[in-house]
Amino acid sequence: MSVGLQVSPEWWVAGPYQWRLSLVRTSGGCRWSVPVEAAAGPYQWRLPLVRTSGGCRWSVPVEADAGPYQWRLTLPALPQVMKTCRMMGIQTVAVHSDVDASAVHVKMADQAVCVGPAPTNQSYLNMDAIMEAVRSTGAQAVHPGYGFLSENKEFARRLAAEGVAFIGPDTHAIQAMGDKIESKLIAKAAQVNTIPGFDGVVEDAVRIALDIGYPVMIKASAGGGGKGMRIAWNEEETRDGFRFSTQEAASSFGDSRLLIEKFIDNPRHIEIQVLADKHGNALWLNERECSIQRRNQKVVEEAPSTFLDADTRRAMGEQAVQLAQAVQYSSAGTVEFLVDSHKNFYFLEMNTRLQVEHPITELITGLDLVQQMIRVAKGYPLLHKQEDIPINGWAIESRVYAEDPYKSFGLPSIGRLSQYQEPLNLSNVRVDSGISEGSDISIYYDPMISKLVTYGATRAEALSKMEDALDNYVIRGVTHNIPLLREIITHPRFISGDISTNFLPEVYPDGFNGHQLTAGGQRELLASAAALHVSAQLRAQTFLGTISSLGLPPSLCVCPSPFFPCLPPSACVCPSPSLPQVEVGGESLVVSGEWDLASPLLPLKINNTPRMLQVLQGLQLLFKVRVLSPLAAELSSFMPEKVPEDTSSILRSPMPGSVVAVSVKPGDTVAEGQEICVIEAMKMQNSMTAAKTGKVKSVHCKAGETVGEGDLLVELE
Amino acid sequence: HLWLRTSFGGLARVKHGVVAATASQVSLQQQCRRYAVGQLSVKERIDKKRQEALLGGGQPRIDAQHKKGKLTARERIELLLDPESFVEYDMFVEHRCSDFGMEQDRNKFPGDSVVTGQGRINGRLVYVFSQDFTVFGGSLSGAHAQKICKVMDQAMMVGAPVIGLNDSGGARIQEGVESLAGYADIFLRNVLASGVVPQISMIMGPCAGGAVYSPALTDFTFMVKDTSYLFITGPDVVKSVTNEDVTQEELGGAKTHTAVSGVAHYAFENDVDALLNLRDFFNFLPLSNQDAAPVMESHDPSDRLVPAMDTIVPSETTKAYDMLDIIHAIVDEKNFFEIMPSYAKNIVVGFARMDGRTVGIVGNQPKVASGCLDINSSVKGARFVRFCDAFNIPIITFVDVPGFLPGTAQEYGGIIRHGAKLLYAFAEATVPKITIITRNAYGGAYDVMSSKHLRGDVNYAWPSAEVAVMGAKGAVQIIFRGKDSQVEAEAEYVEKFANPFPAAVRGFVDDIIEPSTTRKRICRDLEVLASKKQVNPWKKHANMPL
Repeated sequence: MSVGLQVSPEWWVAGPYQWRLSLVRTSGGCRWSVPVEAAAGPYQWRLPLVRTSGGCRWSVPVEADAGPYQWRLTLPALPQVMKTCRMMGIQTVAVHSDVDASAVHVKMADQAVCVGPAPTNQSYLNMDAIMEAVRSTGAQAVHPGYGFLSENKEFARRLAAEGVAFIGPDTHAIQAMGDKIESKLIAKAAQVNTIPGFDGVVEDAVRIALDIGYPVMIKASAGGGGKGMRIAWNEEETRDGFRFSTQEAASSFGDSRLLIEKFIDNPRHIEIQVLADKHGNALWLNERECSIQRRNQKVVEEAPSTFLDADTRRAMGEQAVQLAQAVQYSSAGTVEFLVDSHKNFYFLEMNTRLQVEHPITELITGLDLVQQMIRVAKGYPLLHKQEDIPINGWAIESRVYAEDPYKSFGLPSIGRLSQYQEPLNLSNVRVDSGISEGSDISIYYDPMISKLVTYGATRAEALSKMEDALDNYVIRGVTHNIPLLREIITHPRFISGDISTNFLPEVYPDGFNGHQLTAGGQRELLASAAALHVSAQLRAQTFLGTISSLGLPPSLCVCPSPFFPCLPPSACVCPSPSLPQVEVGGESLVVSGEWDLASPLLPLKINNTPRMLQVLQGLQLLFKVRVLSPLAAELSSFMPEKVPEDTSSILRSPMPGSVVAVSVKPGDTVAEGQEICVIEAMKMQNSMTAAKTGKVKSVHCKAGETVGEGDLLVELE
Repeated sequence: HLWLRTSFGGLARVKHGVVAATASQVSLQQQCRRYAVGQLSVKERIDKKRQEALLGGGQPRIDAQHKKGKLTARERIELLLDPESFVEYDMFVEHRCSDFGMEQDRNKFPGDSVVTGQGRINGRLVYVFSQDFTVFGGSLSGAHAQKICKVMDQAMMVGAPVIGLNDSGGARIQEGVESLAGYADIFLRNVLASGVVPQISMIMGPCAGGAVYSPALTDFTFMVKDTSYLFITGPDVVKSVTNEDVTQEELGGAKTHTAVSGVAHYAFENDVDALLNLRDFFNFLPLSNQDAAPVMESHDPSDRLVPAMDTIVPSETTKAYDMLDIIHAIVDEKNFFEIMPSYAKNIVVGFARMDGRTVGIVGNQPKVASGCLDINSSVKGARFVRFCDAFNIPIITFVDVPGFLPGTAQEYGGIIRHGAKLLYAFAEATVPKITIITRNAYGGAYDVMSSKHLRGDVNYAWPSAEVAVMGAKGAVQIIFRGKDSQVEAEAEYVEKFANPFPAAVRGFVDDIIEPSTTRKRICRDLEVLASKKQVNPWKKHANMPL
C-alpha cells in the first residue's frame, strides 16, 4: 500500500511541525526527467521470440526449418547472438572465464565451457582453451563476438584448419583489413578516398609527424576501439603519445606497431555497414552516425545520419562495397569513414566483425545481421538486392557504461549491480546487455553495461523514446553515464544534428558537470522532493496497531543550495491544505503520484505533466535537496561548515585499476603537471600528474599492484 | 577512591569548565534580574521566572553556544520532539548551594542547568533531559541530578524510553559531595532502568569525569563530530599524570570513540543532523521491555525475490564480499541503521525492518579480517544481541566466519573471556532468532553465531555454506599428518564437508535455501515466530563473563 497525498484538511491545522527530508539516507536525490511523450509511434510491434527487441522487425529465418542448421555454435559473451541462434534452431555453447560463470550469456546457452581465469589473455584470448572447447563440445561453428578474437586471423586460420566455420570473413580479409597500414594501401588501390598519412611502420614519430603536419593521430596498427590511439598537436605530445600508444598496443593487441596520419579537425565519424556473401555479392546497409565520442570511443550512435544526402550515402556505400569486394569479403563488416564539413569522406578502417552498434542498422533495415552472418558462413547467397535495402524510421543507440561521466566524460568505475532494471516496459526499446542484477562490473573487461536502442518513425520520436528509456533505466551499485547520455540526446546541437567527433569537448569545455536545472525545473524538483518527504514522514508516524494523531507540517523550508541559483536562498515550500498542491517560491504546483517508497522509480505528475523521479541513495546524488521545517532550517544556520581535506598534496586513484609504472620515489621534487604514475584500467593507460609543485613525501603504490578508486597513491609534502 | 577525586577534580580544567563560566556571568545576571520581588504579583513572578528559564544563562551565553556550532538545550529538545509536544517539568527548580556566593540571586537560574520533561517522537512517548551549557557550563548540581532522576523514575513507571542530551562541564564544584551524590543517583537509575526502557545518550558537548558513566550505562551513546568529547580526565590532567600530549579531539572526540575505543555507537555531523537522525532511530525501538517492537507500514513486498543474492558469494572461497550488500538487499527498502560502523568492522550490527517489523541484524563481515571473531567484535556483537533480547527485537544472524582470530595479542587480551560474551548473549536470548549461513561456519565460531544448538529458531544454509571444524587444507593436514596423498584427501574432505549437507542431514540447519528467497523466508518465519514464548530458568540475575 502506498501513502497517497489525500489527507484530510484538519491534519494541516496541527500547528508548526518539525520535519525534514534527508534525501541522503532515506530517499536519496532525484534524477530529473523531462516530459514523457504520450504518443507512441506507429511501430509498436514486439516479437515474442526476442524479448528485448520491442520495435525491431526481424526478418523471418528462411532456412530455419531446413536441416543444414543443426549447428552447434561456440561464442563468447554475446547474448544477442544467442537469441538469434535460438530463433534459428541452432544449439549454442558459451565459452566464459571463471568470473563470468553466471553471466547472462552463460545462462542462455545450451552448454557452457569455462576457458580460464578472469584476465582476458588467459581466457577469452586463449586460443588453445577455446579450440579445446570447440573440440570437446563438437561445435561446428564459432561466432567470435565483437572484440577479443573477432578480428584475429590466426584464430580464424586455426578454426579453418579443423574444419570449423568461423562466422566472419575469411582469413585473408581479416589479415588485409586488420592491419591499418595494409588496409589503407588496399583501399587506395580500390579507389577509396583515404587520409593523407604515413603508410608504414613508425619508428621516428616526430619526424613523420612534422612531414604530415600537426595535428596528427597516432594509432596502433593492429588496434581498434580507440585503444592505443592518441592525438598530438606538438612534438612533446607526439613523444608521449608514441610511448603510451606503444605500451597500450602491446598490452591490448600484442602488437606494438603504430601508424601516424593527418588528424582531420572537426570531423564526423560515419560508417557504412556492408554485407557480403561467398558468391561475390555485396550490399551496403546504409550508414551509422557515430560522431559522439569521448577519447575516440563511441557513446551515442544513430542511423541514418542527419548529415548525409542520398548522393553522398550512395557514394560512400559504393566505395565501401568496392573495398569489400577488393578483399573478397564475406560476412558483415563495417567501413569507417571520416566526413568533413564539406561532405568529403575519407576511409578510416574496416572492421571485419559485428560492430557493437549493429542494432541500429538492424532496426532501420529490418535485417538481422547475426542471422545474415550465419547464413553467409554456411555458404548461402544473400537474399537481398541493394534496392531492397530500405531506411525505415530512425534508430538511436546509447552505450550505457559503468563509468563516472563527471571525470573526463567517463572514467571506469567498478562495483556490483545491487539493483538493475532495464526499461523494457516501454515500447520500441531494445536493450542488449550481458549482465543482470547482482553482476559484477570488474576491472577485467570493458565497462559497458548495455546498449540501449530506441526506435521511432522519425528522429524526434526515437529521441523522445530514448529520453524515456534513460529515465526509466535503474542502475544501482556502480556509477554510470546515463546523466551524460541524457544531456547529449537533449542538447540543442545534437537535436539539430550539428555534431562532430569534438562534440563533447566543445559543448562541455570544462568537463561534464551534470544537468543544469532551469528555474521551472528547480521548482518542480523542490515540489517533488517536498511531496516525497511529506509521504515519507506521514508513513514514519504510522505504527501498525496503534492510533496515530499526528498531522502534517504547514510549511517547509528548502535549504540554500548551490544547485538552485534561480531561487531565493531559502525558498519556502508550502504544501497547501488542498493537497497534492505544493507552493514553491510563490508558484503553485500540483504533485500527484503513487508513493511507493520502496520503488526506485516514482512516476509523478506535476501540473499534470508526467515526470519520472528516481530515488537514489548515498553518493550518486545529483541534486542535494534538504527539506526542513522552518525551525530546523533556522537552526541549521548555526551549524559550522566542515572543511574538506586538502587534496592538492594527495594523489588518489580516480578509478580502480592496476599500476603500470611509478615515476617518482620519496624525496623527489615534482613539478606541477609532472607524471607521477600510470594507472591502467579497462585497458586504458592513464597518466596521473602532480596537482602542485612539491616534494614527494611517500609513495603508497608500486608497479603491478591493483588499486581501488580513491586509494592513496602518492603524498606530497 | 582516589580515582574519583582525581577525575572529578580534573573537570575544572576542561576548557569549557565551570570556573570560566561563573566568572563572566556576573554582569550579565545583574541585567537580567533588575526588579524588586515585592512589587510583582504572583502571576507576574511566574511569568517572569518562565521567561528567565527559557533564556537559560542569558542571550550572550546562547550566542556563545551558537558560535561554537552548538544549539541550546531548548532548541535541541524542540528539534528532537514533535512540535508542541514537549511538557516541561521542574522549570522553577533552583540549585541549593550557599557557598562561594552561589546563594546570591544573580547566581540562581530557574530550572538550573538542565531542561527536563516528556514529549513525543512521531507520536510516541519519550522522556528527555537536555543539559544547558549556558548555565554554569551545564555543570551538575544536586538540583540538576534530582530533575534528571525525576524523569527517569517516571519513564520507568510508565514504560517509555529516556533520551539524555549531554552537554556539561562536569560536577558543580561549589556543591562538592552533593554533586557527586547526584551523579550516583543517576547511575543507580541508569542501572535499574537498564533492560526496562531503552536509554539513549546523545553527547553534544563535553562530558567528562564521573559524568561519562551515565552514557556508558545507557544502551546507546551517540556523539556529534567536532563538538563533543567524552573522557575520564581532560588533556591537562593527562599531561600532568602521564606526560602525554593529546588534544581533546584525539583523547575523547567522536572519531576516537566510534573508531578506536568503541565507547560510542555512532557519530553525527552536527546537532541538527544528530537530532533528526535520532528521530529516525527512535522509530526502531519499542517503548519498553513490555512493548513489542514497532511495526511500520512497508512498501517493500515481503515475498520479494532478490536475484542478486544468488551470485553474491564468490565462487573462490578465499574471495571477500560485502556482508552489507546482503543486508541492504534483504531488508525493507535498503534501510539499515548500522550501529558502530567504524569499530570492529569484522562484525556488522544494526537495526532494520523486515515487512515493517524492527529486527536486529548481526553479520560477520568477510571484507574485514575475513569476518573472524576477535575481542572487539565479540563484545560489540554481544552488547547488541543483549539489547535486542531485552527489548523483544528478533535477531537475524548472517554467518560467514572462519573462526576466532588466533595470536598472542588476542589470547593475552582475553579472547576466551570476551568471545564467551557473544556466545553467552546468543545462548541467553529468547527473542526469535533466525540464522543464515552464507558461506563458512567453522569451528567454535559456528557454535557461537546463533547456531541451532544455542536455540536458534530457524537456521538456514545457502548452497555455498560449509559447516566444518576447519577449512579443508588445515583439516587434511591434521587427519593425514605425514601421509603423502594429501591432495586426494583434500578433495575427499571438500566433497564430504565443504557443503551444507553434513549440517543439514543432522538437522543443524533447517533447510538449504536459494539465496534469492532469503527475504521471503525470513519474513514468513518472523510472522510465525511473532508469538514465540521462551523463558529462561529463574535466577536473581545471570553471571555473564564480564
